[in-house]
Amino acid sequence: MTNNNEIIRNGLWGNNVALVQLLGLCPLLAVTSTVINGVGLGIATLITLVLSNTIVSLIRGFVRKEVRLPVFVLIIASVVTIIELGMKALFYDLYLVLGIFIPLIVTNCAIIGRAEGFASRNPVGPAALDGLMMGMGFLGVLALLGGLREIVGFGTLFANAHLMFGAAAKSLTIHLNQDYPGFLLAVLPPGAFFGLALLIGAKNWLDLRPQEKTETAEPLAEGA
Amino acid sequence: MTSVIVSSPYLAPGNKLKRLMLRVIVALLPGTVAYAWLFGPGVIINIILAIIFALAFEGAILRLRAKPVMPHLTDFSAVVAAWLFALCLPMHVPWWLVGVGMGFAMIAGKHLYGGLGFNPFNPAMVGYVVLLISFPREMTAWYLPASVSGATLGVADALAYSFGSADISQWDALSAATPLDQVKTELGQNIPIDEIRQSPLFGAYGGAGWEWVALCWFVGGIYLLATRTIRWHIPVSVLAGVLTLSLIFYLLDPQNHASPLFHLMSGAVVIGAFFIATDPVSAATTDKGRIYYGLLIGMLIYVIRVWGGYPDGVAFAVLLANMCVPLIDYYTQPRVYGEQ
Repeated sequence: MTNNNEIIRNGLWGNNVALVQLLGLCPLLAVTSTVINGVGLGIATLITLVLSNTIVSLIRGFVRKEVRLPVFVLIIASVVTIIELGMKALFYDLYLVLGIFIPLIVTNCAIIGRAEGFASRNPVGPAALDGLMMGMGFLGVLALLGGLREIVGFGTLFANAHLMFGAAAKSLTIHLNQDYPGFLLAVLPPGAFFGLALLIGAKNWLDLRPQEKTETAEPLAEGA
Repeated sequence: MTSVIVSSPYLAPGNKLKRLMLRVIVALLPGTVAYAWLFGPGVIINIILAIIFALAFEGAILRLRAKPVMPHLTDFSAVVAAWLFALCLPMHVPWWLVGVGMGFAMIAGKHLYGGLGFNPFNPAMVGYVVLLISFPREMTAWYLPASVSGATLGVADALAYSFGSADISQWDALSAATPLDQVKTELGQNIPIDEIRQSPLFGAYGGAGWEWVALCWFVGGIYLLATRTIRWHIPVSVLAGVLTLSLIFYLLDPQNHASPLFHLMSGAVVIGAFFIATDPVSAATTDKGRIYYGLLIGMLIYVIRVWGGYPDGVAFAVLLANMCVPLIDYYTQPRVYGEQ
């Protein structure tokens, strides 16, 4: 497990937090109505994962097994508080949009899952890399789902980019079709479930494709 | 020459599903004709568009699933679903709206669950509800019957409306709130029922025009019962659910609650009771269960109409009751003879 390539592959694809472990679904489904919201929360979660994994790995020798979970939660909560205050100071508008879901990063099972499952058993380097890669995997899904829902729901892409990149980014918004009527379902919670299900389906299809090719090639040849 | 030995019964049952579905279509005809006569030919255009989309989506996804295409396309189940779906829509909607709704009905509502016979929800209602919550503007543009507005859109105008080549605002005067909507809004403003009923929107019992359409659905429903296509449990209990609840509140406070007959004769109660709730796939399967299922739908319709956010609630009531079907079936299994 300490092989760096394996950590990278697991985090981004093979053991993806959102698509394979299905963890952290609450923020995933709630805030991905646009790309920018998704990316905003994704970055906050990414930083939390890296910091909490690093700290948990650093103290893994000193914490007794019986009290490890409360200690992990304390560490994660402190990290999230720092990030929340930081976002309030630097990206106040985005902070308002994401609202309760920033403090709720504490309850994202992915973070305590990585602390318990990986960081508490590995040295600092791999633990931090694992946090980074798991966070990137999560961020990628948030951005993709946000993009999907934004395109279908509003017909735009990168709307409200100024929340993250300042007023200059207002022109980043792409209107795909000027008189798109909007498809509310994609923006409402059911749209998130449909979108996530499609993404998981697409991932499984991509994973299965090479196998199927080798499996179906033979019976086809026999039938012909 | 070979002779095949077959056991009884010797009368070939034919394609049962196809015959059932054809009967449903026959039963839908009087109501559809009355609807088109009173509200203009837009509804016929919607039905044709919905059937085309339904068959196209059904065929495409059957191909994708590597299932036999023609037997499923010609069993008329998709046609009936499309027909019912189109009857739920306002008279004039853009063509793509029909396509989106039918796509959801056929793909998400039917085939993702495994196709005909496996869908827990009524596909037509799935499509309709998706549209209702996604496109509130298009889905609430109801038009008046000819008897009130003096004119309905002709075939050419309705086609122009559907395919977006017309300025819709020129027909604004022909559209209005439905009777159910009117009752809901004005009761909210503390206007008594007697005064609300003065509006030309209302007929003798229900909405002007609407009550005749409802009567025709009733006739079609009686035909379905007479040919034993459906059984009496569900329609009777749906109507009983609506009537009981509305009667209780009407007797308690007749100034602030519409009469039971009004609730029966407006909106989609009659077509819902006979045609939509009776979908054999998504309805309860035991006799006792069907009565509970129907009563639940009837009561939910009234609850949504009076206290809910929408003026009519047949589609939501049917979907909510669909959700309860496994539970209802579980608790109403008939006792096996000889068992305790």
